[in-house]
Amino acid sequence: MCTVCGCSEGPKIDGTAHAHGHAHAHSHGDMTHSHAHDHPHDHAHSHGADHDHHHYGQGAAGVSVPGMSQMRLIQIETDILAKNNSYAASNRRVLAALDAFAVNLVSSPGSGKTTLLCRTIEALGDQPLAVIEGDQQTSNDADRIRATGARAVQVNTGKGCHLDGHMVGHAMDDLHLAPQSLLFIENVGNLVCPAAFDLGEDAKVAILSVTEGEDKPLKYPDMFTAARVAILNKIDLAPHCDADLDAYEGNLKRINPEITVLRVSARTGEGMGAWLDWLRAGLAAKSRP
Amino acid sequence: MHEMSLAEGIRRIIDAQAQAHGFQRVTILRLEIGRFAGVEKPALKFALDVVLRGSTAEGAGIEMIDLPGRALCYDCGATVEIADRLDPCPLCGSGKIMPQGGDEMRIKDMEVI
Repeated sequence: MCTVCGCSEGPKIDGTAHAHGHAHAHSHGDMTHSHAHDHPHDHAHSHGADHDHHHYGQGAAGVSVPGMSQMRLIQIETDILAKNNSYAASNRRVLAALDAFAVNLVSSPGSGKTTLLCRTIEALGDQPLAVIEGDQQTSNDADRIRATGARAVQVNTGKGCHLDGHMVGHAMDDLHLAPQSLLFIENVGNLVCPAAFDLGEDAKVAILSVTEGEDKPLKYPDMFTAARVAILNKIDLAPHCDADLDAYEGNLKRINPEITVLRVSARTGEGMGAWLDWLRAGLAAKSRP
Repeated sequence: MHEMSLAEGIRRIIDAQAQAHGFQRVTILRLEIGRFAGVEKPALKFALDVVLRGSTAEGAGIEMIDLPGRALCYDCGATVEIADRLDPCPLCGSGKIMPQGGDEMRIKDMEVI
């Protein structure tokens, strides 16, 4: 079982089982790269003869609980996602060392993430870039990206509902990013869970298509709060489905007053210029000392 | 939806603590969950029941402590406490508020034998 995602099968990277036996060339900060296995731990240990003493506040983290004999209170104050966050921090260090700019593309399934990405890659020309594709199953999306000539790694999460920092670290190893690359991480289509998992990206970009309904930002506020940019996609369809673009934007700004909203049609190319400018500005900012 | 991942994270931390402090059993586990953490508490409880089996915390009492949601109002500039993500500013009634805390998910402490 993968220790971060908790999915029973562990993620697969490009059709191969997510093997944990291979050498890990990348560093996960100060953590040893160990994977919890589900064998039972037997913590029976013997305390010699003088076990009448009470364990009051032993160790830095322990404090005593009045009225309880051998019971101890261990203060932990540890973030439940601490391990994911340490993987994310490690990814962030790798990206910083390369002056690479990474965006985590999040949305519901079918918002047009992959089409937007293909058009973006075509428009960026010879800009060094790479793509990590997250889906529960299939390598369809990575195949579409590779058809543009870009490097892509598919991560299949199996039953997992999101990418995590650990999976992205492995995928980054496979990609061998060039300095000053753009890295696009296309998360599993899901407006809920990916909001909570830092991957080490520079920004989350939420994609919302005009067929989804103006109130989606209100229904799934966590994702749109976590995102720095919202791309309102498929605006060429707006007249056909009575979509109110101002209402979309109003709801996005209500949930996240700082969010940048870009109105785009990946199909017609409308609005793509502003998106490309935003990407280039982000990449340029990474190279500045 | 990702409560199972969180439960796995909790078990990992407990296993590490058991190694470090050499206790036999966790009797009470206290978690702090922010209002905006996006955690469904019954789902997390369910996941913990499954994930903690065979660990030192199997059968432990689980207490979840709600941490308040704080948000900055973009219209009146005040930092306010709100119970629900979509609540308006209690001072000026504006809906333009940005969370400033309350997304915590922590193991606070545990009582062990």
